[in-house]
Amino acid sequence: MKGMVLDPKTSPVFPMAAKTALEDTQMRKNVRHATDVIQAKRARVVGEMPDWQQLREAGKQIRQHTMEHLDVYLEQFEANCTRAGGVVHWARDAEEARKIVTGLVKASGSDEVIKIKSMTTEEIHLNQALEKAGIHAYETDLAELIIQLGQDQPSHIVVPALHKNRQQIREIFQRTMNLPDLGESPQDLADAARMFLREKFLRVKTGVSGANFLIAETGGVCIVESEGNGRMCLTLPETLITIAGIDKVVPRFQDLEVLLQLLPRSATGERMNPYNSIWTGVQPGDGPRTFHLVLMDNARTKILADEEGRQTLNCIRCGACQNVCPVYRQTGGQAYGSVYAGPIGAILTPQLQEMHHAQSLPYASSLCGACYEVCPVKINIPEVLIHLRSKVVEQNTAGIKGLFDFEAGAMSAMAMIFKSERRFRAAQRMGRMAETPLVRKDGRGEGWISWLPGMLGGWTQVRDLQEMPKETFRDWWEKRGKDGK
Amino acid sequence: MKVLERLGHTVEFPAGQTCCGQMHYNTGYQVEAMPLVQRFVDQFRDAEAIVVPSSSCVAMMKDHYPKMAAHIGDAKLMVDVDALLPRVFEFSEFLTRRLGLEDVGAYYPHRVTYHASCHGLRNLELGDGPLRLLKAVRGIDLVPLEGLEQCCGFGGTFAVKNADVSSAMLADKTRAVMNTRAEACTACDNSCLMHIQGALHRQRTGVKTVHLAEILAGDEGAQK
Repeated sequence: MKGMVLDPKTSPVFPMAAKTALEDTQMRKNVRHATDVIQAKRARVVGEMPDWQQLREAGKQIRQHTMEHLDVYLEQFEANCTRAGGVVHWARDAEEARKIVTGLVKASGSDEVIKIKSMTTEEIHLNQALEKAGIHAYETDLAELIIQLGQDQPSHIVVPALHKNRQQIREIFQRTMNLPDLGESPQDLADAARMFLREKFLRVKTGVSGANFLIAETGGVCIVESEGNGRMCLTLPETLITIAGIDKVVPRFQDLEVLLQLLPRSATGERMNPYNSIWTGVQPGDGPRTFHLVLMDNARTKILADEEGRQTLNCIRCGACQNVCPVYRQTGGQAYGSVYAGPIGAILTPQLQEMHHAQSLPYASSLCGACYEVCPVKINIPEVLIHLRSKVVEQNTAGIKGLFDFEAGAMSAMAMIFKSERRFRAAQRMGRMAETPLVRKDGRGEGWISWLPGMLGGWTQVRDLQEMPKETFRDWWEKRGKDGK
Repeated sequence: MKVLERLGHTVEFPAGQTCCGQMHYNTGYQVEAMPLVQRFVDQFRDAEAIVVPSSSCVAMMKDHYPKMAAHIGDAKLMVDVDALLPRVFEFSEFLTRRLGLEDVGAYYPHRVTYHASCHGLRNLELGDGPLRLLKAVRGIDLVPLEGLEQCCGFGGTFAVKNADVSSAMLADKTRAVMNTRAEACTACDNSCLMHIQGALHRQRTGVKTVHLAEILAGDEGAQK
């Protein structure tokens, strides 16, 4: 993965990427350990809340209401942010957003920026665009710094370096910070990062951030974080440029009462984040003198227009669905070929790509429902996955292409069979005949199949399949009826 | 069948029934699954209770049939579906919630572990109902399964479309089953059992999978 970007347009399909990822023993151990730890912490702090289910429902209602009136709240936010001295920019897509941010950095007179961890900037590959324009971005979040120095890619939306362990991080720091004698204790590593970053905080005059929430009522912006690097980036630079998806808006300041309970407990298993920053425009003599806010669409209005897909936009990026997902826990995040991995990535990425790429992602789930169970704003991820699968099928079976699609052919044949009792009975008989050459007897005299052709071979690579019973339940039932029980 | 009849119920099996449509629906072939809603209503209209030995099929009906009927736009079908769904029960759910039973008079002298199928656990919220039924079985040595709420990796077409990930998930599940030293793994869903059994048999573990109904049907006379 070194040096590559996670771009759905160029990434291999999920089953292929997963196959490679599953061979990475160290990564799998790291991911399992980290997600186990976070899940245990989350369970503890969620368990102590008597009203957790009501909070989830409140969170869902706030997000749903916002999405239904997004136009109103965005304009309200723009007006209030502008009144407070912020400059609001609108970006239709990733390219426009990159252009605006690059232009703003250049106008600030700096060729360096310090950055707070932001998935939105990862989504549009901002760092690469800045680099091309001769601007160097320093990631200041510890995990993002590890990713950047290791020329790696994020694998989790909250804990982007979760696939690396302490020893691997030490190796990256030793190599890139020129610290051959660095120890591997958390204290050693944190000290090294602190020394490395402190100088950037004090020197660099332009900051770039994302946002957790945009408050329409006040025009304020909210960021929560754990390390204090965010607070530095928000207060020390002369110019602050914040980029946020249009989905980040909430109506009222009071809505944070609900969302700031749900988010830290779901994300990092904390009752409250160590650093909660909320700022509104600019204040003379305090913090940045210039504040720009870039509101980015990048396919979000298209998602909003889709009645069944729109709940995806309710996401508050806590990553709880990733930690609990049995697929993510096996493959890690990079197999998803997108900065948004796991269950939320499997529904968000294809929609951000307007279904042109990432067709394999809606299928990267066993639909076990664990994601829906933990989602703090009750996004029914399995339901959206199924909805997106139907869109994939629609695309793949449109016109002449559908006639040659093996899966579509098999599915419509089975649909015909299920429509008629006569055909269903015939299919059961045919199935028995067709499987006969593949059946081998085991020690108990039972028939088993250990090899299946084509796509079905995926089953028999590690599993046997018992032969169909000689007498179907239906036959047995009817015979029993005749014999008078 | 045997359990229900032993409890004094009359069991019918409408011969025209085929499939609930879950495979089609969940794979993205919603259009193909649509006619099966009407078929279900026609087949089971007159039943007092409809008992289904598979939690994912019940979840399919409860979660999606109302939406599907609305999508078809047939007002009569929508009414019929709404009238029928409250009478649909997963097998263990029928025993514990509809009949209020725990002890169904079963005998099964084996070491058994229970896997909570995802749809039963999360969509139907069966909770510990199946475990309470198992605990009441005479002779049983019931051992808890570590990570019993973890998916076995089946997921319908997921098992072939993402065979490698599915296999990795299944490896975790079979490891947990083997750690219990049980003779058999049980569940309320044949699809999970077929999946788990596939690996247990391939590895010649000698551990079987049995549906919960097979255990509850056990009586002293029936032991081999």
